[in-house]
Amino acid sequence: MSGHQDGRQSVRQNGAVQAAPDRWKPHGALAMRRRFMDRLATGLSLTATCVALLALCSILLTLLVRGVAGLSLVTFIHSTASPGMNGGLANAIVGSLIQTAVAILIGAPLGMMCGIYLSDYGRGWMASTTRFVSDMLLSAPSILIGLFIYQLIVVPTGHFSGFAGSVALAILALPIVVRTTEDMLGLVPVALREAGIGLGASKWRVIVFICLRAARTGVMTGILLAVARVAGETAPLLFTSLGNMDWSVSLAQPMASLPVTIYQYAGSAYDDWVQLAWTGALLVTLGVLAINILVRVGFGRKGA
Amino acid sequence: MDGTSHASGEAPGAGSGGSGGHVVPDGVAGVMTAEVTVAGDGLAGEDFTGPGPARGFDGDRLFRGLVTASGIAVLALLGGIILVMVAGGMKAFSTFGPAFLVSSVWNPVTQHYGALAPVFGTIVTSALGLLMAVPLAFGAAFWLTQMAPARLSAVVGMAVQLLAAVPSIIFGMWGFFVIVPLMARYVQPFARHWFGHVPGLGALVQGAPFGTGLLTGGIILTVMVTPFITAVMCDVFTSIPAVLKESAFGLGATRWEVMRNVILPWSSKAVVGSVVLGMGRAMGETMAVTFVIGNANKIGWSLFAPGNTIASLIALEFPESPAGSVKLSSLMALGTILMALSFLALAASRILLGFAERREGRQ
Repeated sequence: MSGHQDGRQSVRQNGAVQAAPDRWKPHGALAMRRRFMDRLATGLSLTATCVALLALCSILLTLLVRGVAGLSLVTFIHSTASPGMNGGLANAIVGSLIQTAVAILIGAPLGMMCGIYLSDYGRGWMASTTRFVSDMLLSAPSILIGLFIYQLIVVPTGHFSGFAGSVALAILALPIVVRTTEDMLGLVPVALREAGIGLGASKWRVIVFICLRAARTGVMTGILLAVARVAGETAPLLFTSLGNMDWSVSLAQPMASLPVTIYQYAGSAYDDWVQLAWTGALLVTLGVLAINILVRVGFGRKGA
Repeated sequence: MDGTSHASGEAPGAGSGGSGGHVVPDGVAGVMTAEVTVAGDGLAGEDFTGPGPARGFDGDRLFRGLVTASGIAVLALLGGIILVMVAGGMKAFSTFGPAFLVSSVWNPVTQHYGALAPVFGTIVTSALGLLMAVPLAFGAAFWLTQMAPARLSAVVGMAVQLLAAVPSIIFGMWGFFVIVPLMARYVQPFARHWFGHVPGLGALVQGAPFGTGLLTGGIILTVMVTPFITAVMCDVFTSIPAVLKESAFGLGATRWEVMRNVILPWSSKAVVGSVVLGMGRAMGETMAVTFVIGNANKIGWSLFAPGNTIASLIALEFPESPAGSVKLSSLMALGTILMALSFLALAASRILLGFAERREGRQ
């Protein structure tokens, strides 16, 4: 509101100085129209914000109302089973954890190195092309990554595997880590680098032990956001790790994961499967949102 | 700032660690190494430095090689994706020829496949999604950056960003169990009752009220891409130099006039870039759309008719496509088309947003 009123006042003063008060009529047609347009825009944009918030609330409420009912010990210690067999989500939860962890172990170091390349070594067309490509991968459809890994790993090895799923997730995590690492290294003060170089440290030591250390909060933020992103991915896993009804922690075998289990169960005709899908959805969403809130509230304050 | 101050305390330790406490020689050697390192030849520094774990081999060259290799790996990744997708779709392209692009047949029995219906569905749902998402995102960004008190803006902004973090399968379930019944029970009967007999409009609302369909897909996409577009627009709107806005306010402009006549012209390219980015996201969205699209391979005018998108067709048909079959190759060919569409959109948005960033850098 303040901007609006300031604007009106300054116009009024202007009129007073020119001693022509009849030129500006606060209740004239033009003023009314301008005020109406401003109010309209204000109202509409407030409505738009509320619609977005409403969607979030509706999703969270639906998840809570339908998901909480299935939260029990059985859900966490039993593997998925046939309808009516009192199954749980244990294999899916563990499978999701394993695949996400392996994906981050592959994607994070590669992404950090690429980020270092872009911020400290890359010059010219190759660096700008790499940056461009990484930014494009950031928004690339995840289903394409799934098809890519299917052709690259699943077809040659002849079977679906948790490893293939992890690699697909790693490709999704990679550009997030690249982006944050480059941005955060760019924020490290030049004086810090100069101090390191001046003390005789070689360039790689300055980067790894000084710059990365200084930027570690930001880099961790990127890695956590990557975890949150890949933990909920379904499409690439459909073609790579496939899902597994039984307990399996072998990366060479098809592996269950929460999102794929949710996908398979949500459309089923069995009430207990649908219930498990809701519970799984609640778990995934709570995990992903918790990481996001942690990152934005916890690390956000420290200039990350 | 916390991390920075911590590391500055660490810096001397890292520097002197190499030559174990000989203060004066270390300083000399340090200067020499620094000069030599800048020149790009780490080996010459060996003569001057004391014994140290990292001085024996050329760490710099190795490190440079490693990070450059990882940069090349990212480039190779995109090249590999393009190559593998095109190679996978080759069989379908060569079997059906250019007709693949304009045929709307999808018949596993006769082994005849065409891309038109899913491409149509992809474009229609994305367009519907954007049509609703752009005003929403613009309004939210306008409110968040220009009107809301800072505290409230931070909280609401974060909530909107959380919406972007929700996994797409959750949107799918939410759409399937909340939006679809809503559409079937209220929106579709209402629309048919009021618009069903209007010439022109009537064709848009035909069909049985299943609740699923192109419009439902568009609504889900709206909810999914709005936070992305909002985030980019917020960045763009806050990056405008304050003096431009203040001059306009000083001239007596209302907030809406400042937005329309100052902020939007200044940031038009980036705003278009954010919309195109949203389009790229919307086209590639799989799981959420798969739940609500209705999965019917046909082209029609009705917004309520079940349809298909490229991504949902791939997700749904993949389990029934054995490796090496024409069907799988057709799915890969569809993937190639999706890749072309979304990469074009993403590249365009990058370039448009790049203009804005460059201008920011100059000022």
